[in-house]
Amino acid sequence: MIVFEKFELDNGLKVIVHKDITTPIVVFNLLYDVGARDENESQTGFAHLFEHLMFGGSISIPNFDEPLQAVGGDNNAFTSNDITNYYITLPKENIETAFWLDSDRMLSLAFTEKSLEVQRQVVIEEFKQNYLNQPYGDVWLLLRPLAYQEHPYKWATIGKEISHIENATMQDVKDFFYKHYLPNNAILVVAGDVESDNIKQLCEKWFGDIKAGNVPQRNLPKEPQQTEERRLKVIRDVPSNSIYKAYKMCKRTHPDYFAADLLSDILSLGDSSRLYKILIKEQKLFSDINAYVMGSSDEGLFVISGHLSDGVSFEEAEAAIIKELERIKSSSLTETELQKVKNKQESAREFSETSVLTKAMNLAFAELNGNANLINTEAEKYSQVSVDDVKRIANQILIPTNCSTLIYAKK
Amino acid sequence: MPPLDRKLAPKFKQVSTIHFIQPKTKKLDNGIIVHSISGGSQEILKIDFIFKAGVWHQNNPLVAKATNNLLKEGTKNYSAHDIAEGIDQYGAYFQNQVDYDNATLTVYTLSKYLDNVLAFVKEILLSPKFDKDEFNTYRENSLERFKINQEKVSFLARNEFMKQLFGSEFPYGKIAKIEDFKSLSLTEIKEFYHNFYDLSNCEIVVAGNVTDDTFTSLNDCFGSQNIKKELIQIKEQSLTDNVQNKKVHIEKVGALQSAIRIGKLMPNKLHPDYFKLQILSTILGGYFGSRLMKNIREDKGYSYGVGCGLLSLKNAGYFFISTEVGADVTTNALKEIYKEIKLLQTEEVKKDELDLVKNYLLGNLLKSCDGPFKMASLFENVHFYGLNYDFYNNYIATIKNITSKEIIDIANQYFKIETFTEVVAGKIN
Repeated sequence: MIVFEKFELDNGLKVIVHKDITTPIVVFNLLYDVGARDENESQTGFAHLFEHLMFGGSISIPNFDEPLQAVGGDNNAFTSNDITNYYITLPKENIETAFWLDSDRMLSLAFTEKSLEVQRQVVIEEFKQNYLNQPYGDVWLLLRPLAYQEHPYKWATIGKEISHIENATMQDVKDFFYKHYLPNNAILVVAGDVESDNIKQLCEKWFGDIKAGNVPQRNLPKEPQQTEERRLKVIRDVPSNSIYKAYKMCKRTHPDYFAADLLSDILSLGDSSRLYKILIKEQKLFSDINAYVMGSSDEGLFVISGHLSDGVSFEEAEAAIIKELERIKSSSLTETELQKVKNKQESAREFSETSVLTKAMNLAFAELNGNANLINTEAEKYSQVSVDDVKRIANQILIPTNCSTLIYAKK
Repeated sequence: MPPLDRKLAPKFKQVSTIHFIQPKTKKLDNGIIVHSISGGSQEILKIDFIFKAGVWHQNNPLVAKATNNLLKEGTKNYSAHDIAEGIDQYGAYFQNQVDYDNATLTVYTLSKYLDNVLAFVKEILLSPKFDKDEFNTYRENSLERFKINQEKVSFLARNEFMKQLFGSEFPYGKIAKIEDFKSLSLTEIKEFYHNFYDLSNCEIVVAGNVTDDTFTSLNDCFGSQNIKKELIQIKEQSLTDNVQNKKVHIEKVGALQSAIRIGKLMPNKLHPDYFKLQILSTILGGYFGSRLMKNIREDKGYSYGVGCGLLSLKNAGYFFISTEVGADVTTNALKEIYKEIKLLQTEEVKKDELDLVKNYLLGNLLKSCDGPFKMASLFENVHFYGLNYDFYNNYIATIKNITSKEIIDIANQYFKIETFTEVVAGKIN
């Protein structure tokens, strides 16, 4: 049970305080409810580029990192299709430095040309390093537009293409900031050996006078129901053939999410999981195989991906995956097998709660999904999933007309 | 209330003391050493079984790693699947790690299932079967992963760098090639297991919710096993005068980025200059605001990231700078890296920068003491060098007291440009 206190400032900033006296470190996690899905299709990669610019100095403080490092702190951030999350860890005595720095950049950035020019280059290098200059690096650049035709999940966080980053102007950057970086569009979590009264005072002091704004109504194009099997084959200079099968599934807040997550665990979590045991160990068709869910805020994907063993044909490999999916859809799942993956969930949760940073991030995500207390009720949701639920979900989503298949062939 | 002055930084304190959790060290009935670090509020345990069975001890590449990985792939009484099923049903996790000196099997488990999980660990460590079929599967699948890695410029640069630094006759510099997968033999793996996986060559580090019962469970499981009485033969080899200052470029057709590794042999953590080198390395490239990051990334935009570090091994140590840069700016990036190295020798570090680095390092050390699992890593990082927590206290003292003069001196002693080895994988423009 993770105990926390929650309050809201007059400007709409939501604040969650979690007290953990066992750690000398305090976490300051600020989540903005903006991600790549909020971008315009002709300006993709913007939420992420913007995250880089948040480190380029703010209205009163020319450099974000230096003053933080000078008090023994460290920080980073990440952008997803749904959110942009900034986090700081620092010695608990120096918590006010985090308030000072992050409130100033919420108030306004410095918007220097130099910062935009350099970060544009840095992001282009990031694009090359992670998506273009790696074997299989472009998989998600191919798979997203195959699986999504309307919803903005059809582009990756890094962006659809490099030119979108190259063409970003200072005006675009400013517009993006004023539109999304508002106190009433953010969730702050402070976790560590802190007193919530003190955190309240610090919140009022540093964030209290930042004006609320008009958070844009999110009105994203809805992805139409998929009714046909989709396939794409590409040929690349890679060492082994790979296959990616992406099935549409529910969003993170849907009651069926838990059954879908456990279904993916049954297929591939641990060496006793089905795909590992049968397709890698017994039939030796794959050198590596995984099944996982995306857990996204809008309707997401249930993905099965694997590298084929040398000499195995795509037809044979795919047929073997489908055979396993059919088996779980019919009748082979037992209570014992389901209990096994539930036990793994329980232990993974216990281990993740040893990190105060993980706890802080999870509280922020849960609050975004409606209620921070979801992190405490989720265990119960997982334990209530029945064999029939898993079978029902498998029958509902693991069907050909709900699937986008990427065949990634070696030269 | 006066209006808020946002330009004014809040007051702060330098980290003054760091609380290290002392391990309790006890022996099982047969003499196996168990260190325990108790803490945290979850009912969980992380247990490391650490053998002196790392890369140093193998005669051919891949052997140490294969042995460690195959332990769980079937035993005298259980098939690989039985073990996987057994471990998974209790929600436990295994992690295999083979580094340059040691090989570790780590078990993560809920405390309530400790005895159930240990029963499998006992099988794995004491009676692995090294089955032919499992071996073939392991070999094929690792080869596939290796081939994929070979397409990454960072992997190519790292391997070549180690080879250039140590030479392929020295255990740390012997890099695996595709042919090694073919010649890897089960006989050799069995022999390696026989030589190095005796419990007399193992120390156990248990962290988390450790109680007297935890020790009893470990003792019941392993305390009555026979262990070798004679000392295990450990290889001794010293680094011959290996020529440094080499420049090696590996061309990779179509590369959009080049991976750069620059570095040299350095003293390891047993040497009195180690702390000073650690601080010097932090200034150059050890944190987000470091000189290399500021120059290569934040000023020029040549790279997504650049960093450097000092790596300590049991029988050597080395320093490395690592980055991936746009292929078209490779030459410029190299020039800027050398410029930054040189600058450390010609200009004293200003007080502001030094103070910042000092506080950053202390905060970072505090963070690495957060919780029993991190504490266990800190303990292992000194214990296997025959050191104790005094090491960290001395490090703290050095951080607090070091002067700019000492830093420029150490830079001049160890960072002469002509002593660095350079490896580039990708494209040189």
